[in-house]
Amino acid sequence: MSEIETLESGILAQIDAAADEAALEQVRITTLGKKGSVSQQMKTLGKMSPEERQVMGPALNGLKNRIADAITTRREVVKRADIEARLATEKVDVTLPVRPNPIETGRIHPISQVMDEITAIFSDMGFHIAEGPDIETDYYNFTALNFPEGHPAREMHDTFFLNPDENGERRVLRTHTSPVQIRTMETQKPPIRIVIPGKTYRQDSDATHSAMFHQLEGLVVDEKTNIANLKWTLMEFCKTFFEVDSIDMRFRPSFFPFTEPSLEVDVQCDRSGGEVKLGEGNDWMEILGSGMVHPNVLRAGGLDPDVYQGFAWGIGIDRIAMLKYGMPDLRPFFEADQRWIDHYGFRPLDMPTLFGGLSQ
Amino acid sequence: MKFTLSWLKDHLDTQASLDEIVETLTMIGLEVEEVDDRSAFQPFTIARVLTAEPHPDADKLQVLSVDLGSAGDGTPIQVVCGAPNARTGLVGAFAGPGTYVPGIDITLGVGNIRGVESHGMMCSERELELSDEHDGIIDLPEGAPVGSAFADYAGLNDPVIEIGITPNRPDALGVAGIAKDLAAAGLGKVISPEIAEVGGQGPCPVSVDLSADGAAKFCPAFGLRLIRNVKNGPSPKWMQQRLKAIGLRPISALVDITNYVTFDRGRPLHVFDADKVKGNLAIRRASGEEELLALDGKTYTPTTDHFVIADENGPESLAGIVGGEDSGCGLDTVNVLVESALWDPLTIAKTGRELGIITDARYRFERGVDPAFALPGLEYGSQLVIDLCGGEPTQSLCAGSIPEPDLTIDYPVSEAERLTGAAVSSKDSAAILQRLGFEVSGSGEMLKVKVPGNRPDVHGKADLVEEIMRIRGINNIEPQPLPALAAVGKKILTTGQLRTRNSRRALATRGMSEAVCYSFIPHDHATAFGGGQDDLILANPIASDMSDMRPSLLPSLLAAAKRNADRGLSDLAIFEVSHIYRGIEPSDQHRSASGVRRGTARLENIGRAWSGDSPAVNWVDAKEDAFAVLAACGMDPSKVQIEAAGPDWYHPGRSGTIKLGPKVIIGTFGEFHPMTLELLDVTGPLCGFEIFLDTIPEPRRKTKRSKGALIVSSLQPVKRDFAFIMDKGVEAAKVLRAANGADKKLISDVRIFDLFEGQSVGEDKKSLAIEVTLQPVEKSLTDEEIDAISQKVVENIGKTVGGVLRG
Repeated sequence: MSEIETLESGILAQIDAAADEAALEQVRITTLGKKGSVSQQMKTLGKMSPEERQVMGPALNGLKNRIADAITTRREVVKRADIEARLATEKVDVTLPVRPNPIETGRIHPISQVMDEITAIFSDMGFHIAEGPDIETDYYNFTALNFPEGHPAREMHDTFFLNPDENGERRVLRTHTSPVQIRTMETQKPPIRIVIPGKTYRQDSDATHSAMFHQLEGLVVDEKTNIANLKWTLMEFCKTFFEVDSIDMRFRPSFFPFTEPSLEVDVQCDRSGGEVKLGEGNDWMEILGSGMVHPNVLRAGGLDPDVYQGFAWGIGIDRIAMLKYGMPDLRPFFEADQRWIDHYGFRPLDMPTLFGGLSQ
Repeated sequence: MKFTLSWLKDHLDTQASLDEIVETLTMIGLEVEEVDDRSAFQPFTIARVLTAEPHPDADKLQVLSVDLGSAGDGTPIQVVCGAPNARTGLVGAFAGPGTYVPGIDITLGVGNIRGVESHGMMCSERELELSDEHDGIIDLPEGAPVGSAFADYAGLNDPVIEIGITPNRPDALGVAGIAKDLAAAGLGKVISPEIAEVGGQGPCPVSVDLSADGAAKFCPAFGLRLIRNVKNGPSPKWMQQRLKAIGLRPISALVDITNYVTFDRGRPLHVFDADKVKGNLAIRRASGEEELLALDGKTYTPTTDHFVIADENGPESLAGIVGGEDSGCGLDTVNVLVESALWDPLTIAKTGRELGIITDARYRFERGVDPAFALPGLEYGSQLVIDLCGGEPTQSLCAGSIPEPDLTIDYPVSEAERLTGAAVSSKDSAAILQRLGFEVSGSGEMLKVKVPGNRPDVHGKADLVEEIMRIRGINNIEPQPLPALAAVGKKILTTGQLRTRNSRRALATRGMSEAVCYSFIPHDHATAFGGGQDDLILANPIASDMSDMRPSLLPSLLAAAKRNADRGLSDLAIFEVSHIYRGIEPSDQHRSASGVRRGTARLENIGRAWSGDSPAVNWVDAKEDAFAVLAACGMDPSKVQIEAAGPDWYHPGRSGTIKLGPKVIIGTFGEFHPMTLELLDVTGPLCGFEIFLDTIPEPRRKTKRSKGALIVSSLQPVKRDFAFIMDKGVEAAKVLRAANGADKKLISDVRIFDLFEGQSVGEDKKSLAIEVTLQPVEKSLTDEEIDAISQKVVENIGKTVGGVLRG
């Protein structure tokens, strides 16, 4: 074995033995550094004869290159081992839980959600959303809606009254959203197509009645809308709202002071289980009142009943929410119990649309 | 309104089944609420006792062997019976195992009574709810058909129908009127018995005076007849059965007759014991001091707004509502005065309401009885008295006069099609109306329709359309689409509606839960939040703590936070977007968005976590929520002014008011005043906010949708940090404004990145560190330029807030 070969195998052994980058650097300095063993050998080239140099030159350069390559290769290995060692110390428990996302934990109240669903449906049918005050005058709540003074129909309403003013006049909390019919007719000429969602109040409280509840009023007034249109509109609404392909509905004659003729509307349901199921079974459930706007109501709104006509309806928003989403009791709607809201509420980004579906 | 099927068939000749009748009633507007087909009585069988032997182990019991005739299998059935009248040969009503016995509310099984098996029971009248009789078992006449159903034999198979009558249909408050409606709908023929004049001997000796103030208006007509020498007693079984079936208690023939006519014809009658009436009768206002012991056992003191029927003793009856005990008929009554009168519906309604009396008479009179039937009703009632109690009638008298119906409606036949979409011919329209009792004259396109007195609800064309529609059938109207107004709809929500919607969704995305609370809150809560004024207090609240229309949403949310905390949910973030009330006018009602956070319910984190526990909520959380609402409503939060301290219900040092200009208050936020929390009985940590959505300015309507070109600088922004020592009271907003003002063109952002208060900076001092970002516009900034701006920042802050650059 030549001297070079001995040198080389010695150095390569040192390179292989270098455990980290510092040791490797040490080997580089002691071999390829200025005073390194290989550099020392290279310096001897100058004193050699041309013939000798011709042999030893390539041999020493070869040695130098191989050592350099070996160091580079070894450096990659050592570096990788270093990183791996560091990464091993950095390991975490990725099964630790993360914070809940507020977008997932926040909740929209079912009443707001259902109002948005209703808005999606009726806006598609060309309706606007109208509103009116909760505190009403007797005139708008009753008289203009053809409730004669002292008529028993007024008693059906269990009205809340505010303290009378100095003239003895007392305001009422509206018992229905119907006053907005008059307020709208007073300010807007036909054609009118509005729905009126809002709070209503009656002095009544049990599992299905609350002193405050929400109603959706609808009003269409033009020169030709009739009961045939009323039936179609309410059937389309129910089918779309309850998200069923078809639903049997029954229109029955009834009485409301502000409509003539008046109709109550029942939907097919099954009460055989504990829960009411819509769209199946042999039972009927009353869900809304409706009818052609009474001539006296049109007159109160400043319209000639021989020219203008139309229909109106009122439906309980809370009630249809209960039917659709299965709440058994109305009272917790207004108790702000976090457990109830968590269970029955809706995620903030679940926006009801017709194109994306009313409910998810 | 309840009636039985057989009762209906007294007035209606029909082949229709019970189901058809029920369906038709509902579809013509007489909504059936309940049908009791009486099938519960079907299992009871007429049976004969073959033998009755003493029980081996009980003195008072017998062991019967009972024959069910054709209903059994020929083997006699063994029954243990304790009735003293049980004996061989008795025919009675048998109930086998599995039968539900209504009078004792028990379903029978096979019993073992002192060692002897009993396979059913022989029933008493009480057990079948026939009477209160329970001294022995039912003992039927010898001819009773053994083996057939007892219900058929005893008339217990008569289905009971209950319908809900809407206030416009007083004509359907008697069985005869219901029959008329069903006949009009094609379900049979009206066969109500004709009513004949009773006649009588001599004039009625008691007169009726209608001359008192208001009496003639209140009582247009008063019919009266005396019947002498009657014998009052129990009414006949058929009448008792019908009255019991509809939930009335039989009392005596004279009283039962008045109830029977009320339900049979919708005509309330009254009977006085003539011997207890002193002198003549007069209709007059009550004095206001007089007391009347009524037949319901209660004493009333009618006011001068209320009318009574009085004699020389004083009030004998609360006219049209309830009779008086003193002149009422009993089993000892010999001479009876039968009354059939007309009363003003509004006065009856008001009197009944004010005195709190609900009777079948009031119910009918306030809705309106048929004036034309007042005198026939008197004849009908008189005839029943004579038939059931005997006696000699006098002639009837009628004070006042029966008003004639005088409403005739010009009815264009096209009206039905105009309002319902379904055409009805002139002939069909006339036929339907005639069947309902309207007089129709004329033909062709315009009919003259005279409204009968029993239909006070019919005023005009639309009412006639309803009559035609309900009788013809609503199912005959085919649904027709509502014509589309446009191919693609336009935006329909108003700014206010959009703000309501957006605020809700924005707050929910911040992890808050939406509450919907009552609009009325306790008076002291309202007062504590700036409300509580008299005109917003309910005169008749449903509960004393739901008395005031709320001036703010915060008290409701704080009360909700307390309720949740009481259940162990101490970390809570809730909000509400609803209305608040500052007065009774529509313009006093405002949209508000409000939220409350309690415990550690912060946006980033709630409660304890391995990554770090959430600190308690404070004013900052509330301010962030408030700003989120502003942003959701299209308002740039950097454009509002924040003033220290909110209204009184907030912590004065840890709350703020959000304003736009000096006057407009957009909202409030912060932590609450300890006294407020004490009043609401809720504990912290709590913070909240309220934004008045209507106060946010309407966004300017953009004329073009283009957002314009995006201009981005290729030049790197430069950041410089500064720390200043200044008085503790200096508002951060002022510092930011001063820094921003140093170079409005180049300074693109200033943010506060450190706030330090402590001994090292001095008492009453604080250190505020800001990072200023400079965005070069045309060319990179030189060091000199940057230094110059920095110098300006330091100068501005020194000048405006007295801040000194920290060494």
